[in-house]
Amino acid sequence: MNTDASSIGAWGVLIGILAGALRGGTPFLLVSLGECLTEKSGKINLGLEGALLLGAMSAYGASYATGNPWVGVAAAALAGALHGALHAFLVSRPKVNDIAAGIAMLIFGSGLAFYLGKPFIQPSAPQLPGLPLGFWSSLPQLNAALLLSPLFLIGIAIAFLMRHVFCATRWGLQIRAVGDAPAAARALGISIHGTRTLCIIVGAALAGLGGAHLSLFYPGAWTEAISSGQGLMAVALVIFARWNPVHCLYASLLFGGAQAVGPSLQAVGISTGYYLWNASPYVLTLVVMILTCSPRRTLSGAPGALGSSS
Amino acid sequence: MTSTAVVLPTLHWKPTAEAILIPVGAVVAALVLFGLFCLIQGAPPLEVFAAIYKAAFGSGYSLQNTLVRASPLMLTALCTALPARLGLVVIGNEGALVVGGAAAAAAGLAVASASFTIVITVMALAGFVAGGLWIALVALLHSRRGVNETIASLLLNYIAIALLNHLVNGPMRDPESLNKPSSRAIPDDRMIPLIGDTNIHYGLFFGIVACLVVWFLMEHTPFGFSVRTVGGNIRAARLAGLPVARITLITCFLAGAFAGLAGMIEVAAVHGRANESLAVGYGYAGILVAFVARHRGLPILLVATLLGGILASGGILQRQFKLPDATILVFQGLVFVMILFSDSLYGRFDIFKDKPRTA
Repeated sequence: MNTDASSIGAWGVLIGILAGALRGGTPFLLVSLGECLTEKSGKINLGLEGALLLGAMSAYGASYATGNPWVGVAAAALAGALHGALHAFLVSRPKVNDIAAGIAMLIFGSGLAFYLGKPFIQPSAPQLPGLPLGFWSSLPQLNAALLLSPLFLIGIAIAFLMRHVFCATRWGLQIRAVGDAPAAARALGISIHGTRTLCIIVGAALAGLGGAHLSLFYPGAWTEAISSGQGLMAVALVIFARWNPVHCLYASLLFGGAQAVGPSLQAVGISTGYYLWNASPYVLTLVVMILTCSPRRTLSGAPGALGSSS
Repeated sequence: MTSTAVVLPTLHWKPTAEAILIPVGAVVAALVLFGLFCLIQGAPPLEVFAAIYKAAFGSGYSLQNTLVRASPLMLTALCTALPARLGLVVIGNEGALVVGGAAAAAAGLAVASASFTIVITVMALAGFVAGGLWIALVALLHSRRGVNETIASLLLNYIAIALLNHLVNGPMRDPESLNKPSSRAIPDDRMIPLIGDTNIHYGLFFGIVACLVVWFLMEHTPFGFSVRTVGGNIRAARLAGLPVARITLITCFLAGAFAGLAGMIEVAAVHGRANESLAVGYGYAGILVAFVARHRGLPILLVATLLGGILASGGILQRQFKLPDATILVFQGLVFVMILFSDSLYGRFDIFKDKPRTA
């Protein structure tokens, strides 16, 4: 029979992973929804990491300056949208490679975020209030794990909304047409350029919101190391989720949980392979891509014109 | 009135002028934007430029400093430039550098008691092969499973850094390295020495030679021709019977091997041991160098030196103008964005066109 301490210890790992899924998964969720929207319109945005960092910095700075974290959230979305607008302009030019533009915007965005964010590294800004879903339990770890970010709930709502938009609305059909068969969409009188620009901008604004979660909720501070590549992994995550917004939600929870395995094990005293566990989300992504990709057919669900230059 | 058009021989200097002037123009435009940025931040742009120039190329000492930073950039740039000729966007530079550095340190420590030549050769081989295999894996995943090479190589960067952290915190850890977990140190007399009484180490030659080799290989050999054919039209290459998968594998191996060599040089000439200082962004800066140099061997030499100078001037900007270190990153980003934007300008200026003239 287990003693109390050891049974809480084993539970501690599970609670840690749950907390990681909910808190650490939120930026994944918002960024991958942004990437999903962008890719549905036929473009790849590898620069969302830049939008995420810019969003995190703007959110923290605006929250610090105004004392209202929700102003920070709005600032994050705006900063992300501006980043996206520049990216959209760049990739709308002929002969500009999507991927290279993404890397350029990643460097530019993170440079700008680090530069403008220097004064905000020390002071503490008001944080977003959490939704305490763990009130029924007396375990402090569980209370902390179930303190939900408002942006997580917003993200869930956006995921289902986005699925509805893609499946059942005129706008969604328009976006899918532009992403699947640009020539046909053009024949219908849909503006390819306008649709893609809008999708990229809104997608980057969502990535900015993911940044706001990082700096205003969890881990809840602005540092230059605040993102561990969530913006870059979003591209892989969307492939994993087969361009389905609701699957993005499940995939984000999985990735957030995977990211928390190492730290949770360390918290209960198991530190073997701590650094290797840090690689688990990346290994997971790679394995998923190896298993789901195939050289002979395009992936089911992939937008037809994705990544082609048209 | 009818006139028979006689097409005169075209003048070939015009495309060359276009290929030089457009990137140069893009860099100048980035400089102007960066100047505006400095102005908004309250730093006089011309003085900032003068300070960057002085810190990068102004004196013998600063030039040496620049070249020390340029040599890993030359090598990591090749990691993006070589696969780019195949039409692949590989950004695994940082990972290949880290893996190469870690492998070189492990191999060097294993044979540390051997002679100088053996230690250096073993380290170079270990870095070369480890980095090469790392990116060859990307090629394999790409041709066998159709995995996107950009994302695969990016993920491998994170995996490589996690591996390095695992090694220097665990199996390879020197118990005496407390603040910064590191491997044990390579003996001083087994490290790559400095050239004469300068601060430049012989590792610079690795970078220069590698760029020259790549230039010759890509522009003047049958292998380079087949690489360019695959990059130009993969279906035509397949129809012509070129072994596309094998060419991809070899090119990516070489690409990663050069980045691995950069890691070996960082270990064997700069740090003396493997630790997290390997992952300081030379890999990511290498991507920028490759794109600015349009993935050609010779321009990489030049662009790497320029960027090495800019990186070397980061400290001055901080001390003299109170500009944060991220200023350099902003500048790099601006240059990159402008260079990409300029890609869309080719063929848009009539002045560069060889028009068939009628006589």
